[in-house]
Amino acid sequence: MSAHAEHVNGELPHEPEKATLEGRNKVLGFWLFLGGEAVLFGTLFATFLALRHQNNEGPTAAELFSLPITAAATLILLVSSLTSVFAIQAMHRHNLEKLKLWLIVTVVLGLGFLGLEIYEFYEYVAHESFDMKTSAFSSSFYTLVGFHGAHVAFGVVWISLLIAQLFKKGLTFVTAPKVYVSAMYWHFIDVVWVFIFSVVYLLGKVG
Amino acid sequence: MAHAHAHSHSVKRYSGLMDWLTTVDHKKIGILYLIAGGLFFGIGGIEAILIRLQLIKPMNDLVSAQVFNELITMHGTTMIFLGVMPVIFALMNAVVPLQIGARDVAFPFLNSLGFWTFLFGGLLLNLSWIMGGAPDAGWTSYTPLSTTEYSSTHGVDFYTIGLQIAGLGTLIGGINFLATIITMRAPGMSFMRMPMFTWTSFITSAMILFAFPAITVGLVLLSFDRLLGANFFDVAAGGSPVLWQHIFWIFGHPEVYILILPAFGIISEVIPTFSRKRLFGYSSMVFATILIAFLGFMVWAHHMFTTGLGPVANALFAIATMLIAVPTGIKIFNWLFTMWGGQIRFTSANLFAIGFVPTFVMGGVTGVMLASAPADFQFHDTYFVVAHFHYVIVGGLVFGLFSGLHYWWPKMFGRMLNEPLGKWTFWTFAIGFHLTFFVQHFLGLLGMQRRIVSYLPNQNFDTLNFISTIGAILMGVGVLLFLANVVVTARKPSGVANDPWEDGRTLEWSIPSPPPEYNFKQIPLVRGLDAFWKEKMAGNKEMTPSEPLGPIHMPSPSILPFVMSLGLFIAGLGFMFSTEEFSNSFMSLIFNKYIVMIVGLVITFAAMIARSVFDDHGYHIETEELEGEGKA
Repeated sequence: MSAHAEHVNGELPHEPEKATLEGRNKVLGFWLFLGGEAVLFGTLFATFLALRHQNNEGPTAAELFSLPITAAATLILLVSSLTSVFAIQAMHRHNLEKLKLWLIVTVVLGLGFLGLEIYEFYEYVAHESFDMKTSAFSSSFYTLVGFHGAHVAFGVVWISLLIAQLFKKGLTFVTAPKVYVSAMYWHFIDVVWVFIFSVVYLLGKVG
Repeated sequence: MAHAHAHSHSVKRYSGLMDWLTTVDHKKIGILYLIAGGLFFGIGGIEAILIRLQLIKPMNDLVSAQVFNELITMHGTTMIFLGVMPVIFALMNAVVPLQIGARDVAFPFLNSLGFWTFLFGGLLLNLSWIMGGAPDAGWTSYTPLSTTEYSSTHGVDFYTIGLQIAGLGTLIGGINFLATIITMRAPGMSFMRMPMFTWTSFITSAMILFAFPAITVGLVLLSFDRLLGANFFDVAAGGSPVLWQHIFWIFGHPEVYILILPAFGIISEVIPTFSRKRLFGYSSMVFATILIAFLGFMVWAHHMFTTGLGPVANALFAIATMLIAVPTGIKIFNWLFTMWGGQIRFTSANLFAIGFVPTFVMGGVTGVMLASAPADFQFHDTYFVVAHFHYVIVGGLVFGLFSGLHYWWPKMFGRMLNEPLGKWTFWTFAIGFHLTFFVQHFLGLLGMQRRIVSYLPNQNFDTLNFISTIGAILMGVGVLLFLANVVVTARKPSGVANDPWEDGRTLEWSIPSPPPEYNFKQIPLVRGLDAFWKEKMAGNKEMTPSEPLGPIHMPSPSILPFVMSLGLFIAGLGFMFSTEEFSNSFMSLIFNKYIVMIVGLVITFAAMIARSVFDDHGYHIETEELEGEGKA
């Protein structure tokens, strides 16, 4: 339980994140947390679906959305999920350098996604007069997509902090579970985005 | 563990106030929950008595209509979120790790964080009384009543932000207990050997996990409507007030089962102990609990029969609601059959448990009446509903909590509560309870609406309301007797036996009262249901250990949970007053520019980063120390 000081020297098992009770608890607790998060986003999606046609004479979804930009954002986020898988695979091979590298790529892609989203929101507010107060549709759009964006921003800061810890502490029984659950988190917000892309953007364009 | 000595760390150990602010020991956190929950329970009780005093006679003018609205709102909100939930968490913290043979919970640090966020959320909510008016839109805070148009003070903002912060604490607590029960059980403690209180805590935690995020979203939407000018519930801009009702009750109905299931668990511990019999139908109790939780998520719209969802929706939700009577009935009969042929001892704990059974059945029967959608059109928003939910929440949950407190008090504090005083508590509280609420069934059927500040004379309301108020005062006397009992007991010397009731069945009775900080010197080996009883019947005085004596790893205390919660509290206040117009330019600078909010968030995130960056190695209690304590 307290073997926190071992570094990558062959002593780490294949899945160092589950080698200690604390690690296993952390992974299980995080699965549970994601269950709660699923309800949170489910409620936000339900709200959005209930209100998405109520544009209150403001812009409608079909007028507003630009699929090329959103598709680019989707591509970036999906690739970042892949790179976080590479990071975990590197961790399981105890390859600290590759682990750090793939996490950095993940963070950079996350920042790219955030940049596109901020640009999109800025365009809506500045040029389309579409803000939080415009309509019930706008309120539910900004709340759902904004909640997801805030999750991405939190993930970027979190994973950056973990990269810094990996530089300082290396891969240990303490850092491995942290990296693992951050990857779980990253996949989760990726899955949420897939739903946002389908329900908010695609459905907005066609229906 | 072989490396343990090489990695021992010296650890800061605090005393006095700092010990309580930094503790990550689940037993101490349980006591903190009990004190804080007791405090809020007292505030909610005073609000209840003021409501009843206002209604003692027709056309009374003890309080104004505005204050009355604030009283009913805060009474409901305080009792549900800040009174009974924390006392449930107090018992879960004090008992569940002991019942599963664990040294600690899965996440001691998060456990502490859950308590402090709950406390700061509750304090924020109650600050509303002195900061411009309490919430006044009912504990359900229905829109449009709760929008800025009809509720222009900051009251409802205190409600949304305060409950948001407190709800975060509850969610954290739920995840902690789920993980604890899944991973920390002693060898041999399979799921179907877990004591019923642990089972119900487990199911309640699962319900918290899936219900609380819904109210989190609801509160966010309402605060965005009020503070950012969003349009979720504004019909003129395309919003939907019914959406709030759905979100509130998708959380709100599971919430009432979150409350009652732990009480079911307590009753299922107390009745077998004081009947000297094993619980009748253990496995059916487990499955009834799971079934109640499952059905509890699909009946929310029975709170909305009169909203106009249509006959098909109403019929489905009515049938689903009535179905819940089946698993609940299974439980009632199991308790009766447990007592059947047992050697019943009428201790205070058992009086509350036995008193629970018929009282809760009455609440259940009116529940089935209310589940009938056509009849509900008559009962809706009358005192019949008030009587119903007080029978299940007070007659059910609060009786259960009193039973559990009398039962586990010696384990938590090492002192037995005074039995005669406990019996006085039971009789005054139980008689007061029925006086207060039994007559309210009839007030409702006679047509008295809930939430009205006064009523005209000579509608047959006068006598019944008078009786109800007398009953409420008697309940207040019962609570004061309990407090007197606590004070009397605290003056007695500590140190009761491990198994003070002598018929303890579960693992918590196999260790000292109060337990040492590591709970079990050696993790016990569990050989069946009612593990300790089984050993006693086999002629053993204590549990068979499952491991040799060795150093015990403990988590370090930390002030960070307190700091994180304080940050959220400051950020909440900052967000709430961000739209306020201040006459003072400094105030308007720091609030209107979100500076206070950002400072609060920075405090919270800085504490989170500190937690992540600085590893908590904990410390070890060495074998010699353990052996020394054994002899002392």
